[in-house]
Amino acid sequence: MNETTAGSILTTEGIPLKVSLQKAERRNKIRAILLVAPLLLFILFTFLIPIGDMLLRSVDDSYINTVFPKTFKEYKKWDRQDLPSEELYKTMFFEVKDSEGYAIGKASTRMNYAKSGWKSLLKKSKRKFKKIEEGPYKEQMIAIDKKWADMEYWKALGVMVDATTAGYYLNAVDLKYNVDKEVVRQKENRRIYNHTWVKTFKVSILVMIFCLMLGYPISYLLSTLPLKYSNLLMICVLLPFWTSLLVRTVAWMVMLQQKGVFNNLLVMSNIIADENRFKLMYNETATIIVMTQILLPFMVLPLYSVMKTISPNYMRAALNLGASPLHAFWKIYMPNSVPGISAGCMLVFILAIGYYITPELVGGKDGQMIGNWIAYHLKTTLNWGLSAALGAILLGVLTVLYWVYNKLVGIENIKLG
Amino acid sequence: MGSSDSFVKFDKVDKSYDGETLVVKDLNVDIPQGEFLTMLGPSGSGKTTTLMMLAGFETPTGGEIYLEGEAINKIPPNKRGIGMVFQNYALFPHLTVNENLAFPLEVRKLNKSEIEEKVKKTLDMVELGEFGNRMPLQLSGGQQQRVALARSLVFEPRLVLMDEPLGALDKKLREQMQYEIKHIHERIGITVVYVTHDQSEALTMSNRIAVFNDGKIQQISSPDVLYEKPENAFVANFIGENNQLKGKVKSINGKNCVVTTDHGDEITSLKINVNSVGDSSTVSLRPERVEINATEGNFENSFNAKVKELIYLGDHIRTRVEVCGNDQFIVKVPNSYKGANLKEGSTVKLSWKASDSRALDLR
Ligand SMILES: Nc1ncnc2c1ncn2[C@@H]1O[C@H](COP(=O)(O)OP(=O)(O)OP(=O)(O)O)[C@@H](O)[C@H]1O
Ligand SMILES: [Mg+2]
Repeated sequence: MNETTAGSILTTEGIPLKVSLQKAERRNKIRAILLVAPLLLFILFTFLIPIGDMLLRSVDDSYINTVFPKTFKEYKKWDRQDLPSEELYKTMFFEVKDSEGYAIGKASTRMNYAKSGWKSLLKKSKRKFKKIEEGPYKEQMIAIDKKWADMEYWKALGVMVDATTAGYYLNAVDLKYNVDKEVVRQKENRRIYNHTWVKTFKVSILVMIFCLMLGYPISYLLSTLPLKYSNLLMICVLLPFWTSLLVRTVAWMVMLQQKGVFNNLLVMSNIIADENRFKLMYNETATIIVMTQILLPFMVLPLYSVMKTISPNYMRAALNLGASPLHAFWKIYMPNSVPGISAGCMLVFILAIGYYITPELVGGKDGQMIGNWIAYHLKTTLNWGLSAALGAILLGVLTVLYWVYNKLVGIENIKLG
Repeated sequence: MGSSDSFVKFDKVDKSYDGETLVVKDLNVDIPQGEFLTMLGPSGSGKTTTLMMLAGFETPTGGEIYLEGEAINKIPPNKRGIGMVFQNYALFPHLTVNENLAFPLEVRKLNKSEIEEKVKKTLDMVELGEFGNRMPLQLSGGQQQRVALARSLVFEPRLVLMDEPLGALDKKLREQMQYEIKHIHERIGITVVYVTHDQSEALTMSNRIAVFNDGKIQQISSPDVLYEKPENAFVANFIGENNQLKGKVKSINGKNCVVTTDHGDEITSLKINVNSVGDSSTVSLRPERVEINATEGNFENSFNAKVKELIYLGDHIRTRVEVCGNDQFIVKVPNSYKGANLKEGSTVKLSWKASDSRALDLR
């Protein structure tokens, strides 16, 4: 019998209802956790930890502190007015002499970011220090290389004494620390990232707009056709997924080159003169054309799935109420397809902004995007700190965009399928 | 060749979707102004198609439709000025109730105060005055239905079409809405073409009912005539309950004729849909027009019948008997002393008047 004692309801067996309910739900909770656990672990190890690592790496400056711990301790006593004391020279001497060769190599790469010249200086010194038996060291070091008497080099060390640095982020937007740890602009000829950022956004937005312009009518057609035709058309839209990205990109190269199919056709049909062939390959135009084609399905799929749910009766009702077809479309159909537009644009934009392989292959010098620089520093210069900073900025920008979008349109207005 | 006295006119209208079969065949209807006409018929009989042609969403394959004497085949739906209530309401989900109602008025470029006033007035008419700022999905089915009705009326169309507008409602709400629609029709005197496949709905609401079957109008007349005087076997069978006795015409005598059933019994009936002696015929007869063991009165037809089954229904007893070779013959016996005496297996005498039995075509 259900009884109420002291305000709590009891079950038939006399256990408080709340306790009994919790017990029943605990099993469900455990089951749910067990079901998602594999995926959770997978994501943890392959996504969250790497991203965390990337974020740390973008500010990490600790390695050099492990190579020159004593020097940096001594360095902090220096007044930065005159050349350092014999003591600082001495610790530096021993730490360079006693360290492993590769550690000095790695550290000097980092020191070179702060002041170029450090790398060659340390390389030379490491070799020559072996011959020096006893002090005082200051004069002997300066005798090996005059740079040891250059205040700039000593000052530049000050940028690195902390275990964290904003230097990579500064680099990522064409700024840097000077030797006095003041933020200054990069030299004119080394400013590359800001305009790459601008271009990356420009290309992504254009690709998104072109995908929307091309994808919207197709999706509309797909959603209104009888199933047997719409299935066939859908297969055509998804065809790009069936061929490798590389094959498709190479096919575009064949199409768009100056001596390619497209230009040949125009010349053959006398539309343009032989010497006026369009430059459609290895530039920004090529990047935009090819990326639009590759990303189009990501626009069509969410649009289609949303449009499929819009009853044709809405349009009919609007016409019946006296609206012209255009007005009916604009006021009734379009607003109802907004979740699909949002989802499609978001997908395409996010994919486009980090795109790498297509600009690499067809973009030439002028069509490179930020993803290409990330890859470049990751693979060629091994400046992982800068790669990580560029990646982190990308992540940050997307998060901000997402937040703004949520404020403006509302995240519930996204429908992916 | 529009006619001046009819408001809507279908003139020899045909419609085919696939070029092979006609879903509407040679449709001829005249609808006078202010009428409530219901199209009633089984599923797939072409009701929606007819309505869609009138609204302009389908074009007739042949023939012409006239509205107030003007041929409208070539006029696009948005220029026809016809209101419509769709089966699932088709309220715009991203607009509030007020905005839904204002839509047709904004399209017509009315000024703001006028729009507000009309929206308010129409919402009050369907008793939803306070719900103007709700979204359609925040309303119950019946309320949505009323909004759809209000939206189809707010721009004062010449004609309103309704395609099974109450199909999604439960029985009680349905009946309530039937009366509301009927009252609104009576109050503002608008012409309504209504589609349903529910015969009781058609009977309660309409001035006239057009019974559709197989793309053709079988009969078009007022509810009482349709029920009392069906002109063919399909209508007799489709509207209300009815007993059918099959046979051949033996003789014709003015208004009446005699039909011999396959069992050999001779039934005197009104001659409705038979032409000559020897024609096959279905004699149709309403269950409530048959008397059991009548002691007085003047009946042309009297036969012995065997009681097969009694179903107690409170106010009357539904009695299934075998008569003239038909063992599905139903008689409604009032629950009085007469009904109380009936026993399954007993023999009774059934009588009915010639004027209540109608000799129709064979089906
Ligand atoms: N768009 C279409 N294309 C092809 N055939 C159609 C189309 N619409 C309807 N039909 C066919 O036309 C016939 C009549 O359909 P209609 O919708 O007019 O029937 P209805 O009387 O409204 O039936 P219900 O009571 O089920 O709504 C049906 O056989 C149907 O299959
Ligand atoms: Mg229908």
